[in-house]
Amino acid sequence: MITAHTIETRAAAINVLSGGAGPDLLFLHAAGGITAENPFLRALAAKYRVFAPQLPGYGDSGDSDNVRDMLDVTLHSFDVLEALGLDKPILVGHSLGGMIAAEMAALRPKEVEKLCLIAAAGLWLDAYPVPDIFTLLPREFPAYMFHDAEAGAKMMATGGNMNDPAFLIPFLVTNARQLGMAGKFLFPIPERGLSERIHRIRAKTVLVWGDSDRMFPAPYAQAFKALIKGAELVSVPDAGHQVVLEQPDAVMSAIARLG
Amino acid sequence: MKFTWFNLMPWPHLPDDFREKNRSVWVDIDQSLFDPVRCHEVYNDYLDLLEYADQLGYDGVGINEHHQNGYGLMPSPNIMAASLARRTSNAAVVVLGNSIALYNPPIRVAEEFAMLDIMTGGRFVAGFPVGTSMDTNFCYGTIPALTREKYAEAHELIIRAWTEKKPFAFNGRYTKLRHVNLWPNVLQTPHPPIHIPGGGSIETYDFCLDNTYSYSYLSFSGYLRAKALMDGYWQRVSERGTDMSPYRAGFAQTVFVAETDEEAERLYSEHAFYFYNRCLHVYPGFADAPGYRTIKTIQSGALNQYMRPNYPNLTWKDLVDGGYIIAGSPETVRQRFEELIKGLRVGNIFLLLHVGNMPKDKCMYSTKLFAEKVMPHLRNMWPEYDSDNRFWCKPIARRATPAPVGRPEMVPAK
Repeated sequence: MITAHTIETRAAAINVLSGGAGPDLLFLHAAGGITAENPFLRALAAKYRVFAPQLPGYGDSGDSDNVRDMLDVTLHSFDVLEALGLDKPILVGHSLGGMIAAEMAALRPKEVEKLCLIAAAGLWLDAYPVPDIFTLLPREFPAYMFHDAEAGAKMMATGGNMNDPAFLIPFLVTNARQLGMAGKFLFPIPERGLSERIHRIRAKTVLVWGDSDRMFPAPYAQAFKALIKGAELVSVPDAGHQVVLEQPDAVMSAIARLG
Repeated sequence: MKFTWFNLMPWPHLPDDFREKNRSVWVDIDQSLFDPVRCHEVYNDYLDLLEYADQLGYDGVGINEHHQNGYGLMPSPNIMAASLARRTSNAAVVVLGNSIALYNPPIRVAEEFAMLDIMTGGRFVAGFPVGTSMDTNFCYGTIPALTREKYAEAHELIIRAWTEKKPFAFNGRYTKLRHVNLWPNVLQTPHPPIHIPGGGSIETYDFCLDNTYSYSYLSFSGYLRAKALMDGYWQRVSERGTDMSPYRAGFAQTVFVAETDEEAERLYSEHAFYFYNRCLHVYPGFADAPGYRTIKTIQSGALNQYMRPNYPNLTWKDLVDGGYIIAGSPETVRQRFEELIKGLRVGNIFLLLHVGNMPKDKCMYSTKLFAEKVMPHLRNMWPEYDSDNRFWCKPIARRATPAPVGRPEMVPAK
């Protein structure tokens, strides 16, 4: 069972989703955010004592004007770790969360020993420009996010009428809060110099990538593998950028490789 | 009343099937539709029209800044303003404006505006838009959620650079300068009047009132639809107990004048359709980068990309009856403008008399009719505020005249 509680950091009151028993695991969510109903979070809780803090601006976390850049959000994430009293948990991040996790591991290499980066952002390859998620309309997302866009569209369904202000305005507010915050690290190019620091990572690292990731295609997985010493790459068939939703079991066994 | 003849400088050669074959007129518009040789003609025609407006007695000639935009060929309005400074003599040169968050460092704007203020002899009105999301975020890469903070800092720096007449250090978050010392500096005291183009962000109301800037609503959907937004502005003015001078507000209106209402439709409808159909065809994904608008503004429900009117289905009658455009005989146009001016309580009008792919001759015809048969009847709409000169430029009396073109013999005095 996933429950929520609030911790205070300099940035904001942070809502932390947590549950399960087992080794400690800190999960950093993607730009789309996370809720207690997230099936991958439930899968994690079946095996780990998982903590999934919501970034400032996301869900029930407060807004923050003083998180502006990559260093701010990386230090904020250490503040969260400290407030939760966690000591070297397994660090898992998906997409934007993977970018933050990689920064954490590079910034304080001695404090991150087990790292799993799932379809992580943070690098840029000129030959494979990342789609601009900030221009996508809701109906356009599934094609970029999922191996099976049709099934993905059902998972992402907003269930509301965009022409009805009673639905639309709260939808836009959520979008502005969440992607407004994510944009500080991802807009207009999702790269903030990680490649200059990534060599510092000492953690045992597993990379997990959907074979049909259309956000960060396979060459990004190879680039991370080349830049992180000893990193192991687990490629997952029949999965796109949302590999955590499309093939959760494969992601779970990849994380298990960290021991 | 202050009437500014405003030119967006649209590209007039978008193909008939532009809308069907392209997703956006802005940001990622097809390069193959642009032709620099034709643009040479277009720029010169548009400058001719602005200069013509000066000769006809318009109070101002207005230009603005857009990037990668098929209906706005002015990435740098300051270049156009520099040209107008020399070739106009009475009208204010209204640059509405420079998106100050985009300049690095922003004193570039302070410097160029100071130059324009001096070149025009104080015939200069400045504008500081936050800039649309298309320009500011998608074309110029400013992070949406930091745009307003960056804008606020740039504003502070520019005003200090204009008003503190000695070197100072500026330790901003986005700009750090050890020696700020504009040279040349502005001519008008304390600085040129400032107009703020707004599109419904309610924070902007207070910003204008705090600084005695004029709030300009540059909408293309006309005066009837602007009523709710402008009422909100005036309600805020009233709540704060500030004076209610109509010069605190400006409004942009598309307008066509002919001898009769029928002639207006016959002459101009194709150009109205060109503008509302092709020029405003913006991909909705570019309209509002998440984080660009404040939560407060979204909650007010003022504007959003999903609820725009569907322009291409609008007929001439729809455009006229809906107030998107004001069109017709001088008498019709005069009546509509009285409604607009009183209804929105505005002292500054930005006239979109050039629209879409309108050719020069038709535009001159409409412009002349407005100047001669409409404008004189609207001059005295706010007599009780005649003496309010806070929102308009104050030119020096003895302004230099450009020498005639040619090479007169110059003999130095012995």
